[in-house]
Amino acid sequence: MTIDLSPEKVYPVVSALLFAGVAGITLLGAVVAASARRLVYSVSGLALSFVGLAGIYLFLQSPFLALMQILIYIGAVCVVIMFAIMLADVVEEKSARPRALLAGIACFLVAAMLAFALIVLIGRTAWMPKAVQVNTGAVQDIGRALLTRFGFAFELISVVLLLAILGALVVARTGRGNNRE
Amino acid sequence: MLNFFTQASHHLGVYLVLGALLFAIGFFGFCRHRTLVGMLVSGELILAGASLNFVAFGRFLAADPVTGQIFALFIMGIAAAEAAIVLSIMLAVYRNYRTIQTRDLKEMEG
Repeated sequence: MTIDLSPEKVYPVVSALLFAGVAGITLLGAVVAASARRLVYSVSGLALSFVGLAGIYLFLQSPFLALMQILIYIGAVCVVIMFAIMLADVVEEKSARPRALLAGIACFLVAAMLAFALIVLIGRTAWMPKAVQVNTGAVQDIGRALLTRFGFAFELISVVLLLAILGALVVARTGRGNNRE
Repeated sequence: MLNFFTQASHHLGVYLVLGALLFAIGFFGFCRHRTLVGMLVSGELILAGASLNFVAFGRFLAADPVTGQIFALFIMGIAAAEAAIVLSIMLAVYRNYRTIQTRDLKEMEG
């Protein structure tokens, strides 16, 4: 028996393996982020999860979103959180409370029920039929939409970011001023 | 079985289940973590699940696939702003209390 190695046979399998890989990385990173005891591991798990999520975005035909995911989330958000951990000198929580284990089990049960209910709901819902798509969602289309239909929201979000930066500076400086008095 | 496996990346439901799992894991972490940084990390997971849902719906069901991607981009912007604010608040809290364990932050002064 010879194995058929023509591209038509091989590519779907490779693609499916890649998809399973990125989905697995996403979920594994998320589990590490949610359950790690040390916050540094937690943030590393978050970064791993976002790498996987960028891969999933590639499978959803959104390469621009995948690149932004890596650039903004891993390059900016995760690094900033890591800096905050180092600045604030976070001491790890040592299950000081006697019922910490019980609380953890309760959290897990509630989250598992939530996931189960959502998955059942997804399985039961009859989604509307696929629409005829007016474009392919390529980078050119995103740019055109951002500067025409979503122009106002685009400008608003830059104002929000500016205010957030100014607010962060003010809040962080105020504490320092109080300390000096 | 093999057919479903090779076609998994073309089904809407697979992405929705992934988003639901991300949300549930984030919720678990949000309840479990006892520091503000841990809760921020879990909140980012919840946001990631939400934006995965938006992109999946935009890719499969919307007439204009751009909308889902742009909504996810806006979520990224909001999440970045939120992270900056939360971290500066955290630094201010740490300066006053010398801790960011949620358990110890139970005193309010008006």
